[in-house]
Amino acid sequence: MDAPLDRLLARFEERVRVLPALAGQTAVEVAPADLVEVVAFLRDEAGFDVLLDLVGVDRLGHPEAPTPRFEVLYHLKSLAGGARVRVHVPVPDDTLELPSCWRLWHAANWLEREVWDLFGIRFAGHPNLCRILCHHRFEGHALRRDYPIGRRQRLDAPEAFLLTDDPEWA
Amino acid sequence: MSTRVPPIPAERFVLNIGPSHPVTHGTLRIQIEAEGETIVRSACEIGYLHRGFEKEAERVYWEQVTPYAERLNYCSSLHNSVAWCHAVETLLGVRAPPRAQALRVLASEIARIMDHLVCLAANILDVGALSCWWYLYNVRERLYDLVEDLCGHRLMVTWGRVGGVATDLPEGWGERLLVVLREAGEAVGEVREMLSSNRIFLDRVEGVCVISPKDAIAHGFTGPCLRACGLPRDLRKDEPYWGYERYAFDVPVRSHGDTLDRMWIRFDEIEASTQIVRQVIESLPSGPVILDDPGITLPAREEVQSTMEGLIRHFKRIMHGIHPPRGVVYSATEAPNGELGFTLVSDGGPRPWRVKVRSPSFAHFSAFPRMINGSMIADAVAALGSLNVVAGELDR
Repeated sequence: MDAPLDRLLARFEERVRVLPALAGQTAVEVAPADLVEVVAFLRDEAGFDVLLDLVGVDRLGHPEAPTPRFEVLYHLKSLAGGARVRVHVPVPDDTLELPSCWRLWHAANWLEREVWDLFGIRFAGHPNLCRILCHHRFEGHALRRDYPIGRRQRLDAPEAFLLTDDPEWA
Repeated sequence: MSTRVPPIPAERFVLNIGPSHPVTHGTLRIQIEAEGETIVRSACEIGYLHRGFEKEAERVYWEQVTPYAERLNYCSSLHNSVAWCHAVETLLGVRAPPRAQALRVLASEIARIMDHLVCLAANILDVGALSCWWYLYNVRERLYDLVEDLCGHRLMVTWGRVGGVATDLPEGWGERLLVVLREAGEAVGEVREMLSSNRIFLDRVEGVCVISPKDAIAHGFTGPCLRACGLPRDLRKDEPYWGYERYAFDVPVRSHGDTLDRMWIRFDEIEASTQIVRQVIESLPSGPVILDDPGITLPAREEVQSTMEGLIRHFKRIMHGIHPPRGVVYSATEAPNGELGFTLVSDGGPRPWRVKVRSPSFAHFSAFPRMINGSMIADAVAALGSLNVVAGELDR
């Protein structure tokens, strides 16, 4: 077990659960309420300064652990050391909402919008949570397991204004 | 939430660049609010090339995703092809044979050279230098001829296989490649010479649309765009795969984070990649180019046509697919644009449960409004080319 992970466990104790992972990778699970605190700790005190990716996962119909239905994976990387950690966050079925990390990383802005667009998971506190890959009038969330792959929506009206009040949100 | 229709003062105007415009090199839209020629605010809209790669991947077999993956960054499909196969191998816990790994390095570096040639040619063209385009595209064309001999295809190669690669090098291919690379080196040298003393060119790109190392990290920059900010991070050195640790090469780094450095670093990297390719050809290990594992790869063609066992193995493998263990893996390689990552979620079945692409262009383009606010409109054009945003991997 590596040093940053040890420090994470020492700091958060049972609030962070180490997951069994394939290929020697490091994965932990945290509750939505602890998410921002944990990733901020990882960024500021464990050196994981890059938010590489957010991955929404829909487990509807998955052969094991189909509840809660959604999970979001945060891929963090330490630029200097090359270490990586994956933070798994289960999304509460009733609210479908996680706290936003946009204040910690500029990258979170678009990544969270993508998870919202394709899975319908909200990020509380995100200043501009609108669709990013699908058309702004698209109905439903395309990467949910119950969105049929053949369902087409013919949408061509462009969005007139993209500009936002605060350039930080663009 | 923002109000999506902000008030625009009378002396300013709103201008849309794209979604279909020569400088976007694809389909993406940039909206700017300008005062005279100066950009005050800007925002980007993406998704025009969203083809649902990740959705499509959930309904086909693991190995059938390979051709789709190549269409992410279509300028370097060779790299995408083998990077996807590498990701599935990481999930399976297997490694391609040494010769296949060396061939992947070779393919990946050729893809890097071709990708950089396209990026540079188009970027230089955007700022008005047409002749450089022909210099660089001529050698790219010669490289495509070699790719065609190797894979049977030019643009979309379908050359990667889970467990190895599809074909070995044709007779005399390595020697021909070295000749073409020498020509490429000459062309690159000439273009560099033409540009480095060209005041008109330098004024267009030097100190233009700078991104600070801090912002670059916060936006998740990787690859040449990050190294242009003075951060010498490269997965080929930091987390070597396919035996990259066996080759001696430099990781070029520049310090200003401006459009010029993002261009220069690609010139540097073409040289570094050429260095690697020479070493691979000199030290190519012998042996098979693909694993012989009934659960993963197809049997040899002769075996299928002459033995019942071979025929059955072929049939079962095609019909039943590959069954990796349940779980999640992330696999990253240094693509020409930066870190190309695949998150694979498996339920143990022959089809991916979920595939997520971490594309470098997505991170780079998210920083674009920050980079161009306060600059001139013409500067934004130069900066966009230097980020090499490829809509295929941006929108997936």
